[in-house]
Amino acid sequence: MTKVMGDWVSELGGRAESATSISWRELQRRSRRENIGRAWYKFSRNPLSVAGLAIVLTIVFLAIFAPYVTPYPHHAGPFTDFENAKLPPNLKYLFGTDTIGRDILTRVIFGFQDALLMGIVVLALVVPPGVLLGLVAGYYQGTWIDTIIMRITDIFLAVPPLILALAIASVLKPNLMNSMMAVSLMWWPWYARLVYGLTSQLRNEYFVKSAETIGASKAHILFREILPNCVSPIFTKMSLDMGWVILIGSSLSFVGLGVQPPKPGLGTMVADGARYLPDQWWIPVFPALGIVVIVLGFNLLGDGLRDLLAAEEA
Amino acid sequence: MRLVIFILKRALHSIFVLLGLSVVIFAISRVLPGDPARMAVGARAPQWVVDNLRAQMHLDEPLYVQYGYWLIDALQGKFGISLVTRREVAEDIKEFFPATFELALFAGILMGGLGILLGTISARHKDKWIDNVVRVLSYLGVVTPAFVFAIIFMLVFGYWLKWLPTIGRLSEGLTRPPVITGLMTIDALLAGDLVVFWDALKHIVLPAIALAMGGLAQEARITRATMSDNLTKDYIAAERALGIPERVIMGKYLLKPSLIPTISILGLDFAGTLSSAFLVELIFNWPGISRYGINAMLRKDLNAIAAVILVLGVVFIVVNIIVDIVVAYLDPRIRLSAERSE
Repeated sequence: MTKVMGDWVSELGGRAESATSISWRELQRRSRRENIGRAWYKFSRNPLSVAGLAIVLTIVFLAIFAPYVTPYPHHAGPFTDFENAKLPPNLKYLFGTDTIGRDILTRVIFGFQDALLMGIVVLALVVPPGVLLGLVAGYYQGTWIDTIIMRITDIFLAVPPLILALAIASVLKPNLMNSMMAVSLMWWPWYARLVYGLTSQLRNEYFVKSAETIGASKAHILFREILPNCVSPIFTKMSLDMGWVILIGSSLSFVGLGVQPPKPGLGTMVADGARYLPDQWWIPVFPALGIVVIVLGFNLLGDGLRDLLAAEEA
Repeated sequence: MRLVIFILKRALHSIFVLLGLSVVIFAISRVLPGDPARMAVGARAPQWVVDNLRAQMHLDEPLYVQYGYWLIDALQGKFGISLVTRREVAEDIKEFFPATFELALFAGILMGGLGILLGTISARHKDKWIDNVVRVLSYLGVVTPAFVFAIIFMLVFGYWLKWLPTIGRLSEGLTRPPVITGLMTIDALLAGDLVVFWDALKHIVLPAIALAMGGLAQEARITRATMSDNLTKDYIAAERALGIPERVIMGKYLLKPSLIPTISILGLDFAGTLSSAFLVELIFNWPGISRYGINAMLRKDLNAIAAVILVLGVVFIVVNIIVDIVVAYLDPRIRLSAERSE
């Protein structure tokens, strides 16, 4: 057994080492490195996935280093320069300037910050409870626990998330924090349902049955046996959802229930700019394209991950 | 008969979901810090007026009793007075809902018609240039929010090319036809007024397409995927071997089974237009229930907010039931499995 394993490792690793000199841990490490390498190879074969990754990395980079990469960082705040107001796109201001003379390119890049923050915070708030409820409901499928949890998720899934999120955000004070809360309250049921479906299948697998037979604790079965098998779909969904959450967030800020001025929110900029159509078309159009690019990036990335993980499982 | 049981079960489940939704809406309308009675009469009213109103609105009683009163009223369509329009909320809904419904209907037709057509073309010419064009466009369609389409269409077709009007349902100077259905185009046709019909139709095109784009792209993608999957099935090969014309295979034997997933998603997307309509109506100044709802939300008009969400929730749920029935009708497997689980 070790002999075969050793041959396999040395063949793939390209190193001539005797089978006995490799520890089990070293072997595991190598095989993990192999897997990552192979996954990356497969991922990089699809130009669209790579484009998605590139877009996402670029946006993250721009957002983090916004004060250093933008041409006029001080335009992100309450700055006015009426002499240069409403300038169409030109070499000095690539995306033009808004009604009070601020550089739109700068503001779009700063807008990425809150957009990404929105996605990250919402997913961080939503995934743990959603996954936990889905695990429990799926494992106890057919009992009252399942009924209660899944009927509650049905209620939240009965209405498009934007409508309830708008309603909740509207009764709270309008700001970024509260819009995140509103979206989070609407988003956990999707994870509960995803994990519920996976768990209710997995709980009949032999490895779960044998864990039950040897008396493993419920926590062990849920978190060590079932959860690791749900990780890939959850991960894929998170990548796709980053885009959708950002979209809903920008919709909230579009109606004035999200990021508050003078901070640049992509949705707010589109909504304010729409008033200056058609003469100053660049004011709403570039922030709108910013939203499209961000959602497109995360979608391409998510699709790439899904193909990758689906191929791995097959 | 079995289909009837399936529908009844589905309806029963929906009633439960609606009740749950009403609890959520009630909770939202009570989360608001501040006294609803005080908000209704304004800050200057004397305290005894507020106290009277509190008693009248049952605000002194425990929350579950309040919920009971609220639910009974809501079931009778009594949502109270809107703070914005100072009218019965039910009246407002009656006035504004048809405009949104008309918009969603046009969007739904576009999504289904064009989506399936593009998907079929794409599948028929798989991996040719036309397929690639459709795929790229539909990807962009899926990731672009409706309000971005709204702004771009408004700019290009409304302002630059000046093909279509961009604001409202009807041009100034035209009298709206007598309200029969509330759908402007249909009412105009019923009144026999072709000028108004044509004008109303021109007004609805841009918002409807902006609303439809996302769903249209989704439908095209799904139709393409199922069709090109089904194309490799044995039964298609058998039909080709039998010499059945390609047109008949495509239009009859391939289309029907391939449409099942599309129709499920189409239902969801149609209902979803009600939510994107919130922003699109705002941009095109379309006097529908969503624009009304947004204004209510921005002014914290709780009665109106509750009514709008409840109405949209009911529509959403009804559409989903209809979709389930249509799919069950189209797909014998679902019908049969519903029977077996009895």
